[in-house]
Amino acid sequence: MRFPSKPVKLRKILTRRAVILAGIQASVIGTLGWQMRRISVQQSQSFRLLAEENRVNIRLIPPVRGLVFDRLGKPLAYNEPNYKIEMVREQSDDPEKVLRRLATIIPITEEDISLALVEMRKRRGFVPVTVAQDLSWKHIAAVSANAPALSGITPELGHYRIYPQTYDFAHIMGYVGPVSDYDLSKTDDKDPLLLIPRFQIGKNGIEKKVEKRLRGKAGVKQIEVNSVGRVMRVLARKENKAGANVQLTVDHRLQKYALQRLGNESASAVVMDVQNGDLLAIASAPSFDPNKFVRGISVADFRDLNEDKYKPMLNKAVSGTYPPGSTFKMVTALAALKGGFITDKDQYNCSGSVELYDRKFHCWNRGGHGRVALHDSLKRSCDVYYYEVAQKVGIENISAMARDLGIGVKHDLQLPAVRSGLAPTKEWKKRVRKKDWTVGDSLNASIGQGFVLASPLQLAVMAARIGTGTKISPRLVNAIDNIPQAVRGREALAIEAVHLDAVRKGMFGVVNEQNGTAAGSRLSGSKKMAGKTGTTQVVSITERERLSGIVRNEDRKWEHRDHALFVAFAPADNPRLAISVVVEHGGGGSKVAAPIAKDIMQRALEMDKDNDYRSLPTDLRSRHPIKGDKV
Amino acid sequence: MLYSISGGDIERWAEPQIIRFCLGAGAMAFMAFVPISFWREISILAYIVGIALLIAVPYVGLTRGGAQRWIDLGFMTLQPSELMKIGVVMALAFYYDWLDERRISHPLWVLIPIAVISLPACLVLDQPDLGTALLIIMGGAIMMFIAGVHWAYFLVTVLSVTLLVTGVFATKGTEYQLLKDYQYKRIETFIDPSTDPLGSGYHITQSKIALGSGGMTGRGFMQGTQQRLNFLPEKHTDFIFTTLGEEFGFVGGIVLLGLYGLILGFCYVSALSNRDRYGALVTIGVSTTFFFYFAVNMAMVMGLAPVVGVPLPLVSYGGSAMIVLLLAFGLVQSAHVHRPR
Repeated sequence: MRFPSKPVKLRKILTRRAVILAGIQASVIGTLGWQMRRISVQQSQSFRLLAEENRVNIRLIPPVRGLVFDRLGKPLAYNEPNYKIEMVREQSDDPEKVLRRLATIIPITEEDISLALVEMRKRRGFVPVTVAQDLSWKHIAAVSANAPALSGITPELGHYRIYPQTYDFAHIMGYVGPVSDYDLSKTDDKDPLLLIPRFQIGKNGIEKKVEKRLRGKAGVKQIEVNSVGRVMRVLARKENKAGANVQLTVDHRLQKYALQRLGNESASAVVMDVQNGDLLAIASAPSFDPNKFVRGISVADFRDLNEDKYKPMLNKAVSGTYPPGSTFKMVTALAALKGGFITDKDQYNCSGSVELYDRKFHCWNRGGHGRVALHDSLKRSCDVYYYEVAQKVGIENISAMARDLGIGVKHDLQLPAVRSGLAPTKEWKKRVRKKDWTVGDSLNASIGQGFVLASPLQLAVMAARIGTGTKISPRLVNAIDNIPQAVRGREALAIEAVHLDAVRKGMFGVVNEQNGTAAGSRLSGSKKMAGKTGTTQVVSITERERLSGIVRNEDRKWEHRDHALFVAFAPADNPRLAISVVVEHGGGGSKVAAPIAKDIMQRALEMDKDNDYRSLPTDLRSRHPIKGDKV
Repeated sequence: MLYSISGGDIERWAEPQIIRFCLGAGAMAFMAFVPISFWREISILAYIVGIALLIAVPYVGLTRGGAQRWIDLGFMTLQPSELMKIGVVMALAFYYDWLDERRISHPLWVLIPIAVISLPACLVLDQPDLGTALLIIMGGAIMMFIAGVHWAYFLVTVLSVTLLVTGVFATKGTEYQLLKDYQYKRIETFIDPSTDPLGSGYHITQSKIALGSGGMTGRGFMQGTQQRLNFLPEKHTDFIFTTLGEEFGFVGGIVLLGLYGLILGFCYVSALSNRDRYGALVTIGVSTTFFFYFAVNMAMVMGLAPVVGVPLPLVSYGGSAMIVLLLAFGLVQSAHVHRPR
C-alpha cells in the first residue's frame, strides 16, 4: 500500500493530541472511580443507612386478602381485624428492655418476648416482627400513649382469616398460615410480601390454589424517619391492591347436609350439576376446623388429626382413589356397545363363576344369575356377564372409554392433590409393573377391580357424562373478581345415543325396578334416579375363606372391609344432577352408599326446585360489607 | 444484569438483549473482516444514510417518553441518532484523510466539518434529545482536534460555549428560553437534588442510595433491595449502573470501569501504531464516542452530571446503542486488522 501523502507532521500532531486526549480521558476515568469509591466505600455507611435503615425506610403495605363466597353469596372466608404490636429492631436502642417495658402495658408472656427476640435476630434489622396480636383497642391505645418510651414499637392493624363454615368447607377452602422457609424454597414467586415474617399465605385447598389472585398486590411506601424512628415524611407511595374475591360453585347448605349425612364414616360425596359442571357439594368426612390452623394449631390437636385412621386431613373426594367396582360396569358396557362387540339383546349365562386358564372368576352372587342381557347385568350387577364381555372387548377399548368418561384423567380443579386415578392399559402394566397384561387382568378391570382406580369426583363426572352424553367437566370456581370462569365440556361424547340409552335404562332399573340392587333407595316424590351400586374388595377373598364361609364383611377388621360405592344421576328422564358416594370400608354399595346418595340427591333436587342454581349472584362485594376491609 | 433486574425473568429483558448481542457480534465480525479501505469508500454514504434516517424519524418514528427517536424495523427498534454518532466519525475521518495538510486549519476548510457535525446535531436536538446531540458535537470536535485543527479554534469555541450557557440561563423564564423546562429543571436539580426528592432529583438521590448501599463488595447478585422494590427509575436502561453498584459494590463498578479503560487503551495503542490516517482517526473517534457513553452515564448516575438519556454501553437494555457500538468496534478491528504493514 502506498504511504499516505501527508505523513510525518500530521502523524506527529495526531500522536501528540491523542496522548493529550487519552490523558484527559484517563483523568475522567480516575475521577469516576474516585467518586464511586467516595459513594460506595467512604459514604457507604451513611448511604446504606439511607437505603435500608435509619433515614429512608421501605415499608410494604400488605393487601387485604380476597374473600371467598359460596354460590349463594354466603361467606366462606373473610378477614377480621387483628390489632397487633410490631417491633423493628434497628429502631430500638435496647429491644429486650423495651419489650420488658411493653410487658407492663399489654399482656405478653416471657415466652412471647424471647420468641420475638429470636425472630428479630434472625431477620434483617428493618423487618418488623410481630410481638403480640389479637389485642383490644384499649391495649393499642395504651401502647400509642407510651410510644416515646417504646422505641421501635408500632401498633399495626392486621387481619385474621376466618372460616365461618368451619368443618363444612375445611377441605375445599383449606386454610392460610404463615409463610415458611420451606414454602419459600418451593416457590419461584418473587413477591416481596412473602418476605414479611408470618405473612399469611394459602396452605391448602382454594386458599392455596387461588393464592395469587386472593393475595393481592403489595403497596410500597418509602418513608423518611429520624434517628429515633419517627416518620418524618412519606417519600413515595404505591398503593396496594386488595386480593380478588372468589365465588365457588358449592352450595353451603348442600355441603353441610352432605357432611352431616356422611356422619361418622370415613366417606366422601360429590354432587355435580350435569349441565354446567358446577360442583354443588364436595364432602369428605371426617373433617376438621381450618380456623385452628390459622391461629396456630396445638401439637396435640395436630397429632390427633394426623394419626386418625379415618384421615380427616385428606380430601377424599378428589384425593382418594378407589377401585370403582361395579360402578365401572357402565364403562365396560359402553365400550362393548360402541365397538360393536355386543348388542343390548345379547345374553350370557351366569352360573356364578367362570373358569379361565385354571382360574376361577366368581360372580358376587354365587348361585348365578342365569341368562342375563345388558339391562339385567346392570340392574342385578352380574359379574359373569362382564367377564364374558371383557374377553371380547379387550382392555384398550375399556380404558379408552373410561378416559372418555373422566376416569384415569386429571380434572382441572382448583384444589390441591387432585388425583387422576387409573385406567390401565397393556403399555401401562408393562412400563410400571414390568409384566405382560393377562386376560385375567381384563376380567378384573371389567368389573372395576384390579388395577382400575377412580376418585369420587371422577365417579360423579362419569355419572354426569353418561346422563347427558356430553364431556362436561367439573367446575369449582364460579367467578374471580366477578369474572365468570368458563364452563368446559359441553360438546357431545362420541357415543351413539341408543347405546347411552340402553345403559341409562339399566341404571334406571338398578334403582326403580324390582331386583335392582338399589331398589331400596328410590327417591320419594315424582322424580326418579338412575344409578349404580358398587362394592369393592379391599383384600382378595381366598379360596379357603370362600369355602369356609367366613366372608361376612362385618366379621372382618375395618381396614379389610369392602368399600361401598354408589353413583347416580337424576332426574332419570332429564338429568340435572349427578352424585357419587364412597364409604370407605363401609360394606355393601346397596346397603350403605345408595341410601346416603338418595338422601343427598333428594335434598339437592329440592334445592334445585327452588331454582337457586340457575341464577348466581355476582356482585358480592356490595352485598357483603367486609369487616375490617381497610389498612 | 438485566436478568437480575427483571426479577429473574429471563424473557423480559435479558433474552432479547442476548439475541441482539449475538446479532451485533455477528455484524461486528463481518465488519472486521471487510478491509478498512472499503469502509473508507462508503464513509460518506453511511453519513448520508444516517442523515436520511434522522430526517425520516419525524414521519415514521415511534414516540416514547415524550421523545420521538425510534424507527421500528420489525424485529427491533432502531435509533438513528445512535447510528449517526458513528456516521459523523466516519465522515470526518474520511474528510481529514482526504484533506491536504496545509488546508486543515484554514477557516473555509474548518467550516465544512462544522457543518457535517451541526446538521445531524440539529436534527437530533429537534427530536428532542439534548444528550445525544451534545455527544455528537463533542465526538465531532474531538475528531477535529485529533486531526490537527489549530488550537485557537477550540479556545474560541470553549469561550463561546461558556457564554452561551450563561446566556441560556440568563434567558430562563423569559419567552426566549432556549431549552425545554424539563431540561432546565434537570440541570437545577443536579446542582441541588434535594429540592425535589419525588420529582427530578428523585432519580439521582435514588441512584446514589442504591450505589452507596452496595458498599465495597455489594449485596450479591439479585440481592439489591432498591431496584427489587422498583424504587429505581429506568433501572434496566440508563440507570443500570446503580443495580450493578448495589449488587456488586465498589469492586463490581471498578471492574467495569477498568474494562472500559482497557478497551480505550487498546484503541489508542492501535491508533497510534496505525500508519493509515483514516484507520487511526476512526479508531480514536470510536473510542471517544465510547468514552462519552460510559463517562456521561456513570457521571450522571453518581450525581456528577445532569440526567440525560445516555445508556451504559454494552450493559444497558436497548438495541440501537449496543448494536451501533458493536458495529463501531467492528470498524476499529477492521482498521487494526487491515492496517498497512
